[in-house]
Amino acid sequence: MAEKEYTLYPNPITPNSAILFDEELCNGCNRCIDFCRTDVLMPNPERGKPPIVAYPDECWFGGCCAGACPHHAILMVHPMNQRAVWRRKETGNLYRVCVENELEENKRPPIVE
Amino acid sequence: MYTNKTDIQNYPGIKWPYPVDYEKINRISCDVLILGGGLAGCAAAIAAARRGAKVAVVDKGPLVRSGSGGTGIDHWHDACLNPKSKISPEQLMEFYFQNPYWGGKYTMGHMRYIQAMESYKALLELEKIGLPIRDFDDEFEGSAFRDDTTGLMYAYDYENCTVIRLKGGALLKPTLSAEVERLGVQAYEYIMASHLLTEDGKTGPGSRVIGAIAFSGRTGECYVFNAKSTIICSGMPQGEWIFSTEFNGASSKFWDPNNTGEGQAMMAEAGAELTLMESNYTICANGGMRWPMYGTGDSNNTWYGCPIVDANGKRIPYTQNGKVMDWSEIYKNTWPGTGDGGSVTSGSLGELPGDLPEKIMSGEYKLPFYADLPSMPPDERRVLWGLMIGNEGKTNYPVYKLYGKYGFDPDKDMLQVPVMAPKSNFNKRAKPYWNGEVYEPWRECQKCSNCAVYDWTMKTTLDGLYVAGLTAGNNFASGAITTGAYAARNAWKAAKQTELIPVNEDQVQKYREQIYAPTKRDYGIGWKEFKAGCARVMQGNCGEYKSDEVLQNGLDWFKSIREGEMQQLYARNPHELMRTNECYTQIMVSEMTLTASMARKCSSPTMNFKRLDYPGTDEGENEKYITITVKDGKYTTGEIPVKYYLQAPYAQSFKENYDKYCALED
Ligand SMILES: Cc1cc2nc3c(=O)[nH]c(=O)nc-3n(C[C@H](O)[C@H](O)[C@H](O)COP(=O)(O)OP(=O)(O)OC[C@H]3O[C@@H](n4cnc5c(N)ncnc54)[C@H](O)[C@@H]3O)c2cc1C
Repeated sequence: MAEKEYTLYPNPITPNSAILFDEELCNGCNRCIDFCRTDVLMPNPERGKPPIVAYPDECWFGGCCAGACPHHAILMVHPMNQRAVWRRKETGNLYRVCVENELEENKRPPIVE
Repeated sequence: MYTNKTDIQNYPGIKWPYPVDYEKINRISCDVLILGGGLAGCAAAIAAARRGAKVAVVDKGPLVRSGSGGTGIDHWHDACLNPKSKISPEQLMEFYFQNPYWGGKYTMGHMRYIQAMESYKALLELEKIGLPIRDFDDEFEGSAFRDDTTGLMYAYDYENCTVIRLKGGALLKPTLSAEVERLGVQAYEYIMASHLLTEDGKTGPGSRVIGAIAFSGRTGECYVFNAKSTIICSGMPQGEWIFSTEFNGASSKFWDPNNTGEGQAMMAEAGAELTLMESNYTICANGGMRWPMYGTGDSNNTWYGCPIVDANGKRIPYTQNGKVMDWSEIYKNTWPGTGDGGSVTSGSLGELPGDLPEKIMSGEYKLPFYADLPSMPPDERRVLWGLMIGNEGKTNYPVYKLYGKYGFDPDKDMLQVPVMAPKSNFNKRAKPYWNGEVYEPWRECQKCSNCAVYDWTMKTTLDGLYVAGLTAGNNFASGAITTGAYAARNAWKAAKQTELIPVNEDQVQKYREQIYAPTKRDYGIGWKEFKAGCARVMQGNCGEYKSDEVLQNGLDWFKSIREGEMQQLYARNPHELMRTNECYTQIMVSEMTLTASMARKCSSPTMNFKRLDYPGTDEGENEKYITITVKDGKYTTGEIPVKYYLQAPYAQSFKENYDKYCALED
């Protein structure tokens, strides 16, 4: 049996990954980098690839990057301890934001997109 | 599929992506220099540039979204001069003086009056440059909060109509920054200003400000600005008592996390007087214990009008001044009929009964509580979850869109109110937002505090130096925009009569050495541990109860940190350089807070300021502003009367002073 190699890492940063990218949707235009207020994102050394999430611990969770992305390639995720809870009035079932569930996406847009 | 493949953890040892040059100095001259390009800074830039000034704006972030209002705002305050308003600017002033929540007797009255006089006009100006302010597509036709002739929508108080709900408040910052760009203002983004430059390099009271020194958080390059007038719009200090990114990143800060107090530190260093440095409070919106802003059930502010129900669906009544409100009154909450003006400025809206903690303990109401959005009238529900949540800061994507993505539907769902100890929540202390636990030593600067002393032109006690927005003790978007423009008009008026005074190279060199010192080390103490370490000093020595001995203990502790850890701060790249320079700021602001606290020899209920060793409160001769500045390398405190802005050399009425100094004709 081939031996698995293990790597030494610093511990995961908390929050882990404020921002997720969809590599298929992202074309590496880097627009989001210049919308981030705290310079969390850095250009990827490989051109065309999503920016590097360098400082998730400095994210203000304002969603400026996600809002600015023309390709909808960014998903901001609230850290686990920030995932607010709601109940559906009719069923009493409990749900949390940023956690997959059986509910249908509510696509009604806000007054201003 | 969304993944975290490009997290930094997967790129060990990656090269810094920008070219770095710590030796390079970029030199810029301008008429008006603006430090901080948030709402006040952008408004100042626009006002000065429109009048013909050559303007430069410096910001730690990108102008398109930077600042506390960068992600949006939902309501526009104190539009006293809009056609439906029943409140005059003079009446409004009375309210501010009565209400401790926004400063009470320590209100910077001139600033509030400027806001009341110019708020509505400024809003119409914003509309001209493209901000949607009205219900132009008649979505809310016939609603009680909408004026069907103008399409303006009012918030909270549908009788007196001073607060306007903005149809497109989330677009405020992009709209402003586009105008800044169109006017040819030079923007210096991702750049941190850290020291003011003064004539002949002389600092202290009486010196003249002639520019500032800054550096880039991306390239590390130095920027030396030489200006005729400088306006500080860099917000207010944060994080003196609590620093942690562990739970929710920089979201533990209410204001823009880039607001770390450089404005205050550099003004004092140059010799300007600051005031209200001793004013701070415990709020439940502190640190890692908070929830996403406006992202949990609430009855206050943005959430005003949403019924809160207990675990059994029993409605908890709203109260105003202790009186239970009839549910039919909630959506037309009026002032002065109801007393303290809370509905005019949203200061005391949506309060639940003061004895709610006891009622929870006795079992009358059962935890947890919920925001019962589905039970609201449809137009009120849509305006709350759609217009308010949607335009309000940090709600468009993080709350409205993200909650919707996971199926949240305001017509069907009840968002939970955080479950907290009854005592620490649901009472006045827990205002304004129910989104975190209260812990007494975890404090933040009070809203409307930690500002400069300034005159009716918004000039500080130093020539060439002006302030606006949060740095002038204002906490509203309309206040930032109006004071920004007002200060800029006066700064430009003065600049036109001034020659550019060249910078003093010794002073530049001295500040450069200080700025770049952390780049000379690659081990020692990092900025995060340092910030948390300084916060510990303030928690222990400047918390709920203060005495001379304890405050002195804090000052001695900082002296030890200055000689110890501060000499070991390291920065391995320009980003860390920016954050380590914030550490210098943090020490200085904290020391000023301790020193000003020592000078206030009484308690002050308005400021949440308690002394163990002095029995009195701030009535009579104790009713004054404590001022602080740096003179000969030492902090010096002084005092000036409250309402100094209505005493000689100024006229006794707000109107007379405003007319004389508003500089509208220039
Ligand atoms: C979530 C949220 C919602 C809000 N909603 C409303 C609302 O609905 N209605 C309302 O009236 N008000 C609202 N406010 C308040 C309003 O946004 C602020 O009062 C206003 O933005 C203050 O403007 P300012 O320009 O003084 O400060 P800011 O907008 O905070 O701007 C300060 C700027 O200075 C920069 N800066 C700081 N230090 C430096 C430095 N050393 N060098 C260079 N740049 C620096 C920062 O990057 C920042 O861009 C809200 C605030 C928040 C946080």
